[in-house]
Amino acid sequence: MSEIALEVHDVVKSFHTDSGNINAVDGVSFQVHSGEFVALVGPSGSGKTTMLSMLAALLQPTSGKILIDDHDLATMNESQRVALRRQKIGFTFQANNLIPFLTALENVELMLRLNNKLDKGGRQRSRELLTRLGLEQRLSNLPGQMSGGQQQRVAIARALIHSPTVVLADEPTASLDTERAFQVVETFAALIHENRRAGIMVTHDLRMCRHVDRVLQMRDGKLVKTYETRTEIDALARGE
Amino acid sequence: MFSTLFLALYLAVKETWRNAGRFFLVSLVIALIALLVLFIAALGEGLGNGNRQYIANLDAQLIVFLEKSDYNISASRLNDVKLRAIRRVDGVDAAGPIHTSTTAILLPNDKVLKVSFLGVEADTPGFPRILQGRSFFSSTADEAIIDRNVALRSNIKVGDEITIRSSQGVKDKFFILTVVGLTEGQSYFFQPTIFVPPATWESDRPKADAEINNTVPSINIVAVRVKNPTDAKIVKQAILDHVENVEVADIPTTINNIPGYSAQQGTVQTQAVFTLLIGVLVIGGFFQIQVLQKVPQIGVLKAIGSTNATVGLAAVLQIILVTSLGVAIGGGLTFVFSLFFPPTIPLVFNGQASAFAILVLLAIGPVGGLISVFYAVRIEPLKALRLS
Repeated sequence: MSEIALEVHDVVKSFHTDSGNINAVDGVSFQVHSGEFVALVGPSGSGKTTMLSMLAALLQPTSGKILIDDHDLATMNESQRVALRRQKIGFTFQANNLIPFLTALENVELMLRLNNKLDKGGRQRSRELLTRLGLEQRLSNLPGQMSGGQQQRVAIARALIHSPTVVLADEPTASLDTERAFQVVETFAALIHENRRAGIMVTHDLRMCRHVDRVLQMRDGKLVKTYETRTEIDALARGE
Repeated sequence: MFSTLFLALYLAVKETWRNAGRFFLVSLVIALIALLVLFIAALGEGLGNGNRQYIANLDAQLIVFLEKSDYNISASRLNDVKLRAIRRVDGVDAAGPIHTSTTAILLPNDKVLKVSFLGVEADTPGFPRILQGRSFFSSTADEAIIDRNVALRSNIKVGDEITIRSSQGVKDKFFILTVVGLTEGQSYFFQPTIFVPPATWESDRPKADAEINNTVPSINIVAVRVKNPTDAKIVKQAILDHVENVEVADIPTTINNIPGYSAQQGTVQTQAVFTLLIGVLVIGGFFQIQVLQKVPQIGVLKAIGSTNATVGLAAVLQIILVTSLGVAIGGGLTFVFSLFFPPTIPLVFNGQASAFAILVLLAIGPVGGLISVFYAVRIEPLKALRLS
């Protein structure tokens, strides 16, 4: 088995409300290996987005541990978390994903600029990755000049270009039609596997799970079921 | 540090360039504000000059007034006895009498040019620097030295004869003077100046009935050049000790006591301050709306690992870029417009005052955008992404 890229140990996230404390995430533990693509699914309010926010170092867990490359997110200060997001994590979000005044190529190169790694080789890799994603004609286009699917593919390229340990995707297909959604997830999965990254995708659309290696199902903040075999996952994706 | 600066500059330039129309409009607003501020500064300088220029350009450090005249030149009356006493005081290098009045030069087509009419002794501290021509032939010569501003407005040249009209008693009297010299920067009491010898001044100046037979010119003030300018305070005290019934002021005090000078400068400065304040509010409002519109974008930048320093610096650099462009356009427009203003409008573009106004204008961008920069820095990526 390949090395563990991400470990989650008994993580709890509580929010204080007028009616008392609510555990949005309640004692969740799992691991993701390099080269593995995992889907985090569950109904609305199940805690999957809160979980993803903690994995992205955007939210601190109330208790428990989250280790990325053996760095414990819970013990980091804000500037360390910012550096971790920049170096070890790749992101795609639902929408408004790209910087609107940068072209497709510049959006991808931005991750290298942030990490002070933009050189001739980095520029070349950015072009190649976008070409691989079928965007060779769109390198100089601004996000507003591209379709939703094209924008998501640029976002995928941006999430991978700096060789992060973990790639996180929050409902990456939410704003796409079914055909484009499948294309995006398929490409995403292929790149995760090729580049040996740990990929985690939050989705409410179970059909998208047919390209992942494992499915973690959450309900009421808890991890209630894990689908690990191809048969189980395909059955879930078919809605059986 | 440098990588943060370069990244911030990259983001600021790209955003400004790719939204050039929107930012150019703001630059134009800043350009108009710059135009207004620079013109107000030039007007302040021009009006101030009109009032103080002759006094400010005197080759003197001290001005002697009649006691209790409150440093008011028109109210001060001195005489030759006092002038000689001042000249005898230790530390005084030279002292020159200055006689002030106004008159009118008759121009072709029944036009008149009102001028300040100053009586001065040649080669004393009250005498202007001659650019062209010569000094007076004698203290009684019917000769005049004119300010370049008079020449510009009337086409009078060195060697010409001019006719001045002064009311003496109940009659208008006309006197002919030969222009023997040209000077510049000698406006006094909002009017260009002509200089004449003291005796000519007394004979030609406007007079009341009771003064008509007077032949001894009364001195308004005495300009004193001290041997060592650093000893001006000591010499001032020496004059007060040795000459009776006088008061002594330095040049700035004399200028500030010119009737209306402080009030006029205060008014102009208040206008400039309010224009700058409007600029701060306009720029602040624009950039605040800008930041509010791009909260999700800033959220994405922070989520992917941009530091607060990068986001804040990018916002500041963008404001500086837009402000600098606006001030440059405003400066250019000011220069172009200034070429078309007639000499009668008192606009003076003093390098120091203009540079100060430009520096203040460049500062109003970052000051106005300060709140928006703080807001941008405080945006939490998670909340911003939820908004998106």
